[in-house]
Order: sequence, then C-alpha cells, then structure tokens
Amino acid sequence: MPVIEISNLRKRYGETVAVADVSFTVDSGEIFGILGPNGAGKTTTVELLSGLRRRDGGTVRVLGKDPDRDGAELRELVGVQLQESELPERIRVSEALELYSTFYREPADWRELLDVLGLSGRRNARFGTLSGGQRQRLSIALALVGDPQVAVLDELTTGLDPAARRDTWALIESVRNRGVTVVLVTHFMDEAERLCDRVAVIDAGRTVAVDTPAALVAKVQAEHGLDRATLEDAYLALTGHEIGV
Amino acid sequence: MTTAVTRLTIVESKLFLRDTTSVVMGVAFPAVLLLLLGFAIPGFREATDDLDGLRPIDIYVPIVLAMAICTTSVSVLPTYLATYRERGVLRRLATTPVGPVRLLGAQLLVNGAGTLVAVALAVAVGTAAFGVDLPRQVPGFLIALVLGTAAMFAVGLLIAAVAPRAKTATGIGMLVYFPMLFFAGVWTPGPVMPDGLRRASDLTPLGAASQAMQDAWSGAFPSALHLAVMAGYLLLAGALAARFFRWE
Repeated sequence: MPVIEISNLRKRYGETVAVADVSFTVDSGEIFGILGPNGAGKTTTVELLSGLRRRDGGTVRVLGKDPDRDGAELRELVGVQLQESELPERIRVSEALELYSTFYREPADWRELLDVLGLSGRRNARFGTLSGGQRQRLSIALALVGDPQVAVLDELTTGLDPAARRDTWALIESVRNRGVTVVLVTHFMDEAERLCDRVAVIDAGRTVAVDTPAALVAKVQAEHGLDRATLEDAYLALTGHEIGV
Repeated sequence: MTTAVTRLTIVESKLFLRDTTSVVMGVAFPAVLLLLLGFAIPGFREATDDLDGLRPIDIYVPIVLAMAICTTSVSVLPTYLATYRERGVLRRLATTPVGPVRLLGAQLLVNGAGTLVAVALAVAVGTAAFGVDLPRQVPGFLIALVLGTAAMFAVGLLIAAVAPRAKTATGIGMLVYFPMLFFAGVWTPGPVMPDGLRRASDLTPLGAASQAMQDAWSGAFPSALHLAVMAGYLLLAGALAARFFRWE
C-alpha cells in the first residue's frame, strides 16, 4: 500500500525551477532513498511532501492526505528532520524531548526514545555541548517523538565521522522495524545501497530513475558492459556523467 | 495545545534565565544603574531649583524604566528571534503541529515579563533606597508603560524581521539602542532637555514613553501626542514586521 504518492510535482522560486517533474511512490514500511546532486531539488521535494511549502503543480498524497490542504493533520503523522535545523544552545536534551512531546496528541514515550537513541547519559546536557553525532540522534528523536507513521530524514549523516554514521544507519533500521516508513535524503551512495529498499534519483528537478539499488546496478552493468558496478556508477550514469574505469 | 504553549513558555523562560547577559543587562541593570547614580554621583539626592525642587534621582527613575524597555525590546528580543531563525529552530517547529508562531508568542511573553520585573526592581530600589515617590497618576503610568513597551517590542520585531542574520539583528539593535536612550533622556534628563531635542524626542517611541511616564510620575495624565506616537509605532512597526518576517 503506498504511503506517499507524488506525481508530476513542480515548484519554482521566482525564475528558478527547483522541481520540474518529480514522480515516485513510497510503500508502507519501506526505507526509501532520494538521491541526487546538490541543487537537484531533493530538499524542495521533501519540503513539499511535508507541507512546509506549497507546490506549483502536480499531485502529492501522504497517508492519503494532501499536504497543502491537510497540513495540520499531517504534521501529527509525519516526523521531519530537516537540514540545518538546530535547537537553542542552552536547552537540555530531556527538556527538548519533553517539550516536543507535548506538541503531539499521541506522542511516543520520550524517555524510552532517549534510551533507544543512546542519549540517556546526556539527558541533562545542553544542546550546545553535544557532539555532531549526538545532535543528529537528538534530531532523529525529535522527529520520532510524535510517534509518526512516516519519518522524513534529510542528509542525516552529513558531517558525521564513520563510527557515528554506522550508528545512525543502525538507528534508521530500528526506526523502520518500529513500523515507521522512512524517507531518506542523501548523497552518500554507500548509505543508500546499504539502507534503502528503493531509491529515486533526481537530477535537475526531474526523477531519472526509481528502482531498487540492485536493479539500478544491474542495469548500468548491462548497459556499460561492466563486471562489478556500484550504485555510485549507476548514479553517475543516471545523472549524466561519464563512468570512469 | 494548551500544554504545548505552557511548556513552550516555561522552557523559553528557563532559556532566558540561563542567559546571563539578558538577565544582567535586561533585568538587573536598570535597578543597579539607579543605585550607582544615587550613591556614586554627588548631588543626585539633593533637590535643586533646576528641576523644580525635585532631586535628579526622582527624574531618573522613569528614564531608567525606559532603558529597561529598550534593552529587552531592541537588544534581547531581536537577537533571540534572528538566532532562532538562523539556527533553523523556527523551521523545525514548522514541521510540528505547534508551528513557529507560538514560539514568537512565548518569546514576547518572556521578554515582556522580564521587562516588568526590571521595572518593578527599579521602582522598588528607587522607593526603598532613595525614597522616590510612586507615580501619582497610576492608571496613566500603567498605560504609558504598557503602550511604550508594546511600541518598542514592535520595533524589536521589525528589526528581527529585516535582519538576515543574528549578528545583523544585534548590530541593528545597537544602532537603534543608543539613539533611543538619548531621546529617552538618559544624558539630558527631564527639564534639562533642550526644546528642539524634546520635540524630536516626542516623536520617538521611547522618548514618548519616557516623557509619558515622567508626566504620570508628577501627576499628569500622558499627553495625547505621546500616546498617539506610541500607538503609531506599535501599529506601523507591528504591521511592517508581520509583512516582512520570514521563518527561514
């Protein structure tokens, strides 16, 4: 059953077309990746499906609802972690989680989230004193504290060290195991290959492919006569680059 | 939603109290300045004919109150809001059912409360340490205080609205802060203010607030001009702030 259905999505800012024609569907319980170069329209796409901006054209249905019309209802059901969304410097970890839990009608148990995300030891720490990885985990916790059906996570692991990235991956899988559908925006191919059931590749505001990572790899192997292609090769081919050998 | 708004206000109050600069400069400083003026400057506690038989300290209480309003409104508030926008705090709230408008409301409430505490402290110090009388025209004083605070908060919101970054908001705040204090009479108090300067001061929100509070102190109801100027800034700056404010 599709949880998110997007077809022919369009959005422009003044003269700039951010999203020209994006279509994909996300099924319940999937980890769905959105890949693409910087400025391809990934973030705009997730902002449109989260109801943070209004689209210029196309249709969007999230859990059967239109984000432009039923935004208030969707904010109860969709947890969003956007790029560069921080917290006040002096807020404590537990304060932030408790506060955000009061925003929702049926919140998750924030104390349990604190444990699950390995933040119990830092519950009284101020946001300003957290490491990059801890900030990201708190950010995920805040996206999950409303007990959402869908979690949208934008460039979650950018700027994290390898160990923190691996921890975050494990976390995303555990989120999915809780029954949450995950939309993951990333430009790390290893991340997408490891985590995502299916991915959409967006280039210059258009979806150029929607498939499983394995299928995209198989296709590029067949088309370019390669033996051991990676998702990165497939991605480069799809976004109009030469594949270096 | 009531719980969310209450929690938001409680958390914003805690954050305000953890910010030593806002507490010291915004809440404590007006009372401390009054103590310094009264005890450290010779002649501040002696009546003089220049001030129609009042003591300088009497004249300075309403001026210090204007300073209390000025610090929270154009220094603390715009920096907070612009920082919240720059760090994406408002953007994150926009993804939740609560939304960023309520955070704006909580900030206004917390800074408003901070201003009132600063005012109460300064009046208490004036009364207890120097025997300064309470305002004789109480309703007029309260109207001047509330309307003056509201007008200056509207100016603060406008600064937060037009400043692209937190540093810019702080900078613009400072550019507004010192002229405002000047027009409020910090350097040329009450009867000592030259006529031309007073006419300019009449037309600034803090100058109007300062003079309206001074009038109420000596028993007169604030003048229609001062009330109109404060109301005018409240409406105009408020409308412009609402027009130009961006959540990200």
